[in-house]
Amino acid sequence: MRTLVVGREALLVEVDTAGEVAALHAELLRRRDAGELGGVREVVPAARTVLLDGVREPGALAARIAGWEVPPLAEAEGPLVTVPVRYDGPDLAEAAAAWGVAEREVAELVGGIVFRVAFCGFAPGFGYLTGLPERLWLPRRATPRTAVPAGSLALAGEYAGVYPRSSPGGWQLIGSTDAVLWDPAREPAALFAPGVRVRFEEAGAA
Amino acid sequence: MLVLRAGALTTVQDAGRPGYAHLGVPRSGALDTGAYALANRLVGNPAGAAALETTLDGVRVRALAPVTVAVTGAPCAVRVCGRPAAWGAPVWLRAGAELDVGRAEPGLRSYVAVRGGLAAPAVLGSRATDLLSGLGPPVPVAGSVLEVGPPGPDPVPSADAVAPAGVPTAELVLPLRLGPRADWFTGASLATLLSSAYRVSPASNRIGLRTEGGPALARVRGGELPSEGMVLGAVQVPPDGLPVVFLADHPVTGGYPVVGVVPAGVALDAAAQARPGLGLRFVPARP
Repeated sequence: MRTLVVGREALLVEVDTAGEVAALHAELLRRRDAGELGGVREVVPAARTVLLDGVREPGALAARIAGWEVPPLAEAEGPLVTVPVRYDGPDLAEAAAAWGVAEREVAELVGGIVFRVAFCGFAPGFGYLTGLPERLWLPRRATPRTAVPAGSLALAGEYAGVYPRSSPGGWQLIGSTDAVLWDPAREPAALFAPGVRVRFEEAGAA
Repeated sequence: MLVLRAGALTTVQDAGRPGYAHLGVPRSGALDTGAYALANRLVGNPAGAAALETTLDGVRVRALAPVTVAVTGAPCAVRVCGRPAAWGAPVWLRAGAELDVGRAEPGLRSYVAVRGGLAAPAVLGSRATDLLSGLGPPVPVAGSVLEVGPPGPDPVPSADAVAPAGVPTAELVLPLRLGPRADWFTGASLATLLSSAYRVSPASNRIGLRTEGGPALARVRGGELPSEGMVLGAVQVPPDGLPVVFLADHPVTGGYPVVGVVPAGVALDAAAQARPGLGLRFVPARP
């Protein structure tokens, strides 16, 4: 674990794996709720780091963090959201071929994975979901689509995601959902917040 | 208030929506925070009231009811029904009066505060228009009607006109604190970064101030940086090697290394007023 000072009032805490980010993020939220992080304004997990923004004394906090023991995350920690999905994406055939399975087997394969929202970015409510086994990692498309429909279930590299609204995108589209990923009038606004666990269930399946 | 001329880019802005970066929501809010806060003070608004932020060529509105306004930020000609009116001071408009906020000279962004504040619906506690994410009120166009809220308890102060502050005219000087990814660049590059002249690129916007005309930074390590959280004022270096200073609508995470950070406040307020073509230097920030 390494801490890097960012400007006058922020810190990046860097670890080696997505799993360590998840554990560190949970630990930071625990300590913030316990009042140990002062008035930290933002706790922003990402791929290999957690950013703390709005830190009054970054140097002092960095020194404290260096002495922490971060417990690994329990398997079933975090709320679980089930998202109904139709496996009808334009890249479904390509994904199935890359995985060496029939198209109808994709639903079962993906449905068997409990994903975890590692971090958000790109657009409000867009979560980067980890949990995809390495043999299912797919490259981004060579040419990004200019418009990916809202609700598309997409894969790229180690991540899965669902587009909260129509936007350009280069991920592989394997399905779609009617779930509302982002609604600022709702509490919580984001269905996929960091730490939430996600299971994709085939729509219409019993 | 009825918008008669929307200008190049006029948006509703307030203090933004900090605290939601973990959900992918940018901070947003007024770019020149000092000028925005002053405009609200001049009409007796509480801090955080929503105001208009204009870009380069101002805005023209008609008051549909009597109201007090104040224009700050980039200096510009202020006219009420065609007659010169005060810049940087409270101005009273009768119902039907037209306020014209002229071209910024120098600078880029003017702020028009209205007593009572603009009453667009708040999203996550803010009325700021976030151009990156499409959150907040729509960008006003000619014919848009802007609702005004009820005035607060504070009176309109009897202030004298204030002097314009923070609009860079000859050169924009940005203090830079190196890190967190300065070690991705050669030592010679870092020295060059802090001793060279750049220009403000016309591709700059509310998301970032882009630079041009200066040396590209050379990296000592290749490969991609895994996406990480980005702060306001972060100076990101894309593959072309030319620094981009992140402003209020910046993305919350990014995958290019951040060579340093320009502290929020006076320096970023000046960056918000820097016109394309203006000379720009980065200097070491005081510890």
